[in-house]
Amino acid sequence: MSQIVVEKKVLNENQKLAEELRAKFREHKILVVNIISSPGSGKTTLLERTLERLDKGRRVRLLTGDLQTENDAKRLAQWGFPVKQIITGGTCHLDAKMITKHLEDWPLDTFDMLIIENVGNLVCPTSYDLGEHFKIVMLSVTEGEDKPLKYPSIFVRSELMLLSKVDLLPYLSFDAELAKKNARSVHPGMEIIETSSKGNGLDTWIAWLDAKIKAVKSGELVSA
Amino acid sequence: MHELSIVASVLDQLEEIRKQQPAGARFTKVGLRVGELAGLDVDCLRFGYECSVKDTPWETMALEIEEVPRRQRCPKCANEFRAANWATQCPQCGETETELIAGEELQIAFVEVDE
Ligand SMILES: Nc1nc2c(ncn2[C@@H]2O[C@H](COP(=O)(O)OP(=O)(O)OP(=O)(O)O)[C@@H](O)[C@H]2O)c(=O)[nH]1
Ligand SMILES: [Mg+2]
Ligand SMILES: [Zn+2]
Repeated sequence: MSQIVVEKKVLNENQKLAEELRAKFREHKILVVNIISSPGSGKTTLLERTLERLDKGRRVRLLTGDLQTENDAKRLAQWGFPVKQIITGGTCHLDAKMITKHLEDWPLDTFDMLIIENVGNLVCPTSYDLGEHFKIVMLSVTEGEDKPLKYPSIFVRSELMLLSKVDLLPYLSFDAELAKKNARSVHPGMEIIETSSKGNGLDTWIAWLDAKIKAVKSGELVSA
Repeated sequence: MHELSIVASVLDQLEEIRKQQPAGARFTKVGLRVGELAGLDVDCLRFGYECSVKDTPWETMALEIEEVPRRQRCPKCANEFRAANWATQCPQCGETETELIAGEELQIAFVEVDE
């Protein structure tokens, strides 16, 4: 009987592909964000409002992941930016291989930001690196204040939390301050922006993205 | 649940390692290290493992999981502590913005071989 010391990441293969993607994004100075939430928290809606607001000359592209249907890609494509749907056919998360495949015919020197909308799922997407600069977690006010405590992994790994559907706060007993406190106890110092389809937080959110795009261009922000 | 795809990744890597071993070598145990922030349910993982190895050459390989608790480090006083129940505030000096130093692991630590 002997023991072999392995000491390797379980998701080694995904990690390798993610590093390859990261190197390409770095070379072409593209900001990449990976948006993760439970099903229906409002990812596509916020992205629609965001694209609606962006100048049509902006070099932005999107990938959106779902188990089935092209619905989200169709909704997003209305705003004039290139969008591709990734249908996972049952897999509960996007992985680096899917991203690589869907980027094949998109010349990387034609955009400054890639927004990835992950499959609606607060658990599984957390483990799969897509070569992004930032994971962004969205929590809607109808989901409960305790979600950061119940699903800490994604909150720990996300740079930013979008607290969505805040237009509904007057109708709910959701305690937004408690939700933020919970998020920050899991992830000390976490940035949080309150958003809604009615326009709350949209300027702040777009300014956040713009600041990151600028930092990537200037070389100030380099993902390791 | 992606525990099954996690198990598949483990078995793929073990297959690669097994190819480098002398013919007839048999893996009797695999050791995984799973942080409490890895986003995996350990019971699901065990169950997924049992389902995956059943009726395969891996069937006799035992699974050992080392669960790694979350630990934080305080940037002010350098205190390192277990952050039980998400209590990330430094118990020594009260600093709230402490850094994560352990708990995100998802690794294959070792395999045991019977030659
Ligand atoms: N009141 C209100 N409703 C919203 C808001 N954002 C989204 N919704 C509604 O919530 C539902 C789900 O929104 P989507 O944008 O499709 O959510 P999603 O996160 O993209 O969903 P999946 O991609 O399926 O995970 C839709 O019926 C939206 O109209 C909001 O800010 N306020
Ligand atoms: Mg969507
Ligand atoms: Zn301290």
